[in-house]
Amino acid sequence: MHVPDGFLDAPTSLATGTVAVVGVGLALRGARRELDERTAPLAGLVAAFVFATQMVNFPVGAGTSGHLLGGALAAALVGPWTGVLVMSVVLLVQALLFADGGLTALGTNITLMGLVGVGVGWAVIVLVRALLPRRTSSVVPAAALGAAISVPVAAAAFTALFAVGGVADVPLGAVLTAMIGWHTLIGLGEAVITALVISSVVATRPDLVYAARPLLADRSLEIRTPEAVA
Amino acid sequence: MIRTRTFYVVLLVAALLVAGVLSYYASTSPDGLMHVADTTGIASSQKTHATDGSPLAGYGVSGLDHRLGKGIAGVVGVLVCLGLGLGLGRLVRRPAATDAPSSDS
Repeated sequence: MHVPDGFLDAPTSLATGTVAVVGVGLALRGARRELDERTAPLAGLVAAFVFATQMVNFPVGAGTSGHLLGGALAAALVGPWTGVLVMSVVLLVQALLFADGGLTALGTNITLMGLVGVGVGWAVIVLVRALLPRRTSSVVPAAALGAAISVPVAAAAFTALFAVGGVADVPLGAVLTAMIGWHTLIGLGEAVITALVISSVVATRPDLVYAARPLLADRSLEIRTPEAVA
Repeated sequence: MIRTRTFYVVLLVAALLVAGVLSYYASTSPDGLMHVADTTGIASSQKTHATDGSPLAGYGVSGLDHRLGKGIAGVVGVLVCLGLGLGLGRLVRRPAATDAPSSDS
């Protein structure tokens, strides 16, 4: 979903650039509460992993493909604020080194895939987690649903930006329908990949999944032997 | 439970394999946004990317064949993202309890 240069006009790009700067600034503060000495390297590893996975486009039919955006995945693994930082690193590297996503559209892309993707993904994760049984495996469906919903919402957000500052003269209804339609399909792929990754990590090191930590704390309260921590 | 360091190494190796090897088999069809842009006409206003001429533009290495070029581009991208993410992580993480007090802005 990398927006190239020229799709949105200069004022809109400037506005999304401002939103992105404020968002990343807030994330730099918020990430303090999410990362400690032990989990700090995960910010780098998740950025590397999201970059890698974004390279693998999967077909979604009719000459169209999609790839993982990774907002919900990053939020589940390292927390929403660190997730925004991770997505911003990936988008910056893609725009500067690989000419993927316009330079003037960097703010737009951070807003859509970073702030909206992570924000919506995390909101859904928290909501679904609250509804499911209190065990770490509940994070898997929560993250999958967060992934599935975050992609079409980001696509709708692009359409909203296009309505405000789109350069081409194109009927909005057609853009909205097509964007949401295709990205609902891509969201299913996003959900599958997110579920696979989160379930593997929950199975091996649930303590390293940010979204699973409140559930872990719960569990260790029930176990009364001191060896349980080992 | 596997050790934290082992887990981190496995995650990095997975990222390197996905970007360096699996990426070659990715679909080359336009993604959702570009497909919509092509079919609705949004794409008519697209401008050439400012760094289109850079050596890694389009996830390849200019002068190398597609397979090798994409693999190298993927590995470079993974390592650069890793480095920036590690740096940011170090910058923002909670200082350990034993750390000397640092000026907190």
